[in-house]
Amino acid sequence: MGPINWHTFFFYLYALVACGFAVAVVISTSIVRMALYLIVALGATAGLFFLAGADFVGAMQLMIYVGGTLVLLIFGVMLTAQGPLVSLRTTGGDWIVAMLLAGCLAALLIPAGLTVSSWHTGHPVTTAEKDAQDVQTVLVSTTIAHGVPTAGGLPDADSNGIPDKQPITAAPLGMGLLGARVDKLGDVPEALRPGMSGYLLPFEVISVHLLVVLVGAAYLARSKRRAPNR
Amino acid sequence: MQILTQSVGVSHYLVVGAVLFISGVVCMAVKRNALGVLMGIELVLNGANVNFVAFGSKFLRSDSAYALGLDGQLISLFVIVLAAAEAAVALAITLNFYNNHSTVDVDRADELKG
Repeated sequence: MGPINWHTFFFYLYALVACGFAVAVVISTSIVRMALYLIVALGATAGLFFLAGADFVGAMQLMIYVGGTLVLLIFGVMLTAQGPLVSLRTTGGDWIVAMLLAGCLAALLIPAGLTVSSWHTGHPVTTAEKDAQDVQTVLVSTTIAHGVPTAGGLPDADSNGIPDKQPITAAPLGMGLLGARVDKLGDVPEALRPGMSGYLLPFEVISVHLLVVLVGAAYLARSKRRAPNR
Repeated sequence: MQILTQSVGVSHYLVVGAVLFISGVVCMAVKRNALGVLMGIELVLNGANVNFVAFGSKFLRSDSAYALGLDGQLISLFVIVLAAAEAAVALAITLNFYNNHSTVDVDRADELKG
């Protein structure tokens, strides 16, 4: 038996917390407790994102999801949780149908996740590769710090399969949203690079969508009660 | 404790995502409180996000050349933003329903039943 893989240890820790509290959300009857359990489950999922190397997505999960969306939900709970509405009980028949649905979904999804054998273990990292990755870290961070990254500045994956994963994902993600995929410069021939599309159009669509949602939510949730006549 | 010495792969993340997804679906099915249904939707979207990030990560599979790369993370960012927008609108609708009917029980919202 070798030494404990701490990445694996923390993965199981966060995974257990996330799954346990997600199930607790389902089982709990009090809406206030459900909101609390959901916060813990989503926070643990952010930890899973960090462990997968997605640092920016994990931070956004904590800030937007846990910090924004769930605070909104808790406001909704506080505004509507009065008297009998705090814990509405479900009938037994509903539970039976839901458990049947859950069993079918589990029998479908979990074996599907376990089919491919190359998904079972992570990418093996030797010490030589680790050194190479450290060099890459310095290279990439200096490239990002000094203006426009060029194709030569970003090292590609070697033939021995070293991941060219950049440890800092915020800047490539931002460039991807603006339409330039700096993480894929090595994959594309020089002539095609100007037309290499990122996610600029979805970004614009999301922006307009958020504006519409903001106006719509404010319109829907406005108070309709008139001020009492004096 | 053989389990702690091996590295985790995409499969582990997929199982976690499946558990979150199933919890969300069951939550949407059994909760009578409209806000509980909303929490189920959040769990479902989060389970999908776990899968996207896992497929995008190059650390989690032995053939890392086939990983999605940053596309997975970009799509999960879109999912997070869309979930926030959806929560805002659904909460506004729920509050409107509560103002009109003095309840958030989804079984009471059956006026359109044929």
